[in-house]
Amino acid sequence: MNFDFSDDQKFLREEARKFLSAQCTTKEVREVLDDEAMSHHAGVWQKIVEMGWLGAAIPEEYGGLGLGMLEMCVIAEELGRALAPVPFGSSAFFFAEAVKLAGSEEQKKALLPNVAGGSLIGCIGASEGPGAVDAGHVNASFKDGALSGVKVPVTDGDIATHAIVLAKEGSGHSLVIVDLSGDGVTRTALGTIEPTRSHAEIKFENAQAERLGEAGQGLALYEQVLNRAAVLLAFEQLGGASVCLDMANDYAKERVAFGRPIGGNQAIKHKLADMYVKNEVARSNCYYGAWALSTDASELPEAAAAARVAASEAYWFASKENIQTHGGMGFTWEVDCHLYYRRAKLLAVQAGGPAVWKEKLVSALEAKNV
Amino acid sequence: MDFQDSPEEAEFRAEANAFLSKHLQPKDGNAIRERGDDFLKRAKEWQKIKAEGGFAQITWPKEIGGRGGTPMQQVIWNQEESNFDAPTGPFAIGLGMCVPTVIAFGSDEHKKRFVGPALLGEEIWCQLFSEPSAGSDVAGLKTKAVKDGDEWVINGQKVWTTGAQFSDYGIVLTRTNPDVPKHKGLTMFIVNMKDPGVEVRPIHQASGGREFNEVYFTDVRIPDSDRLGDPGMGWKVALVTLMNERLAVGGSPGPDWKEIMDYARDAGSMGDAAFRQKLADWYVAAQGYKLTKFRTQTALSKGETPGPENSIGKIITANHLQDICNSAIEMQDHYGLISDKDKAPADAIFQQSFMWAPGLRIAGGTDEILKNIIAERVLGLPQDVRVDKDKAFSEM
Repeated sequence: MNFDFSDDQKFLREEARKFLSAQCTTKEVREVLDDEAMSHHAGVWQKIVEMGWLGAAIPEEYGGLGLGMLEMCVIAEELGRALAPVPFGSSAFFFAEAVKLAGSEEQKKALLPNVAGGSLIGCIGASEGPGAVDAGHVNASFKDGALSGVKVPVTDGDIATHAIVLAKEGSGHSLVIVDLSGDGVTRTALGTIEPTRSHAEIKFENAQAERLGEAGQGLALYEQVLNRAAVLLAFEQLGGASVCLDMANDYAKERVAFGRPIGGNQAIKHKLADMYVKNEVARSNCYYGAWALSTDASELPEAAAAARVAASEAYWFASKENIQTHGGMGFTWEVDCHLYYRRAKLLAVQAGGPAVWKEKLVSALEAKNV
Repeated sequence: MDFQDSPEEAEFRAEANAFLSKHLQPKDGNAIRERGDDFLKRAKEWQKIKAEGGFAQITWPKEIGGRGGTPMQQVIWNQEESNFDAPTGPFAIGLGMCVPTVIAFGSDEHKKRFVGPALLGEEIWCQLFSEPSAGSDVAGLKTKAVKDGDEWVINGQKVWTTGAQFSDYGIVLTRTNPDVPKHKGLTMFIVNMKDPGVEVRPIHQASGGREFNEVYFTDVRIPDSDRLGDPGMGWKVALVTLMNERLAVGGSPGPDWKEIMDYARDAGSMGDAAFRQKLADWYVAAQGYKLTKFRTQTALSKGETPGPENSIGKIITANHLQDICNSAIEMQDHYGLISDKDKAPADAIFQQSFMWAPGLRIAGGTDEILKNIIAERVLGLPQDVRVDKDKAFSEM
């Protein structure tokens, strides 16, 4: 039994934590929050690019570090802890994984080195309106190399250089790659409840695009990309949830009311114990997802879904109850609690919300005929 | 990251499996097995075979009859044994909690006299701590022990004593000094359960069964030589007993996500979107529990001390079981009341476990006490207010 990260991976975690706690504090996060013109923190982004993390899971032949998915999970957890206000997930978890999964040799060679080097920022466009993304909700269409339609919201859509878009093609669906600097692309920044990660509406009008993977395979590929990204997002969520528990725990020990620390009251103690239990359930499910992802196991669909469901629940609970534990202070702009509450919701609904993943989980179990 | 045994672990697993295959039948499905009258006899026979084969108390040193093995080997043994129709149970408390306490605090004569017969399944032990007025707050117990020459005279009542009806010996926590704060006036003894002053009465549980007992002590005389630890040191001795309890590896009892999914398939309920959402939650919780144990085992496998993550176990499983059983009954609607095995789906395991679940949320630490333990010992939050902490017990 070796259900844990290796010593090297733990060392990477420590290094990443040290680096981020120096370079990406909530001061940097707040700079993006407080300045509407900032789509992300360019300084932090540049330093992360220099660390090479974007290419952690990209093979060396395509310009990456060629480490692996377990290393990327470790990095994701740390980025989640730090609330990194950068388009890392969009570029590395979604775009790069999609290209690795479905790209032609030519596409991999053209795109992956630029993702690893940070000159290409990728994003993924699937949603077109309220409700889960499924065949009935995709109206964007791709024909003869041209894409038309509207994707909204696209996380990091206004800073990305390239997008992968789910579109109709003929009677089916395909994934296509669009260079967002080309003609026929109009981007409008959106106001959201999570301004430390930018969001855009992207309108395509006969924009030049090329297919990623085979025609008609778009929905199936999209699902596979999501399964991979889900594990990484779950680690990002786990990192955030862990910080919320630490914050609530610290505050409960120092805040005095009725003559003693509030953390001496069972209402608070049990709330924090519940947080701990949810976080550990999430951590164990995340590790299983990491194992499935790193070994291309046939269990990936249910493992990814379980990690995502557990981590979404843990982060939601920890972020809202962290505010509650802080009382009135927790509802001020100056105290950091709301930063996690915002990020928790972005990460929970990006790439499908909990209800969607619960349904996927049960479908996966049925498909295996367990 | 993998789920494979190390070569040494694989070798031990194969050895354990060969031994088990030689002596037992593989388990037949997941059905809750009827224990029947011959259960105790079969359990004693199996314990003797295990002990003679060197598989009883794998982590105990060889000098006292153990295997001198690792905690990971004990885990592997437990996993393998659970795949067979092994009559286990009656020895868990004795070998897991009572006898280790005797080994830690008893005399050489005690060790010589008691360890061997316990290992061989010849003598069964029970743990006599809880009382009607001392459950979660066990140090508030009232059973008295009064010194009389070279003996102590015990009077009082214990409750929820597992296995008292077939136990030969017990360890009993008593109050020997009421004039000091409650934790400081306790003393532990070995008690002969066959003493005429010991009366065991089964408790009629809310579930309908009678698995636990009340134990009454009336002028039971215990020689001073059967005291474990100094007078007044009983709480410290009890903590050693309870620490050993936490090392015991517990399985998940009763029906889980798989059983309710099987039922839903049979009942044609898999199309119910609300049910599907709940099923996903149950799967995530069950996996969370199982995989957290894997993390603990990983630490054991590496020879490290496991982290506190294992403390989440019973909080998850007891509530999880109650929730699943409740949902299964509600899915059956009015018919879900029926607990006749020949009429109720799944041999009425949902109805049976529905009635057990409230007890599971209390036994071995209530949900509330377990949350306090996580809050205080894992998260380092302040202890609850204890107004009786510095007051003599007799003044409370």
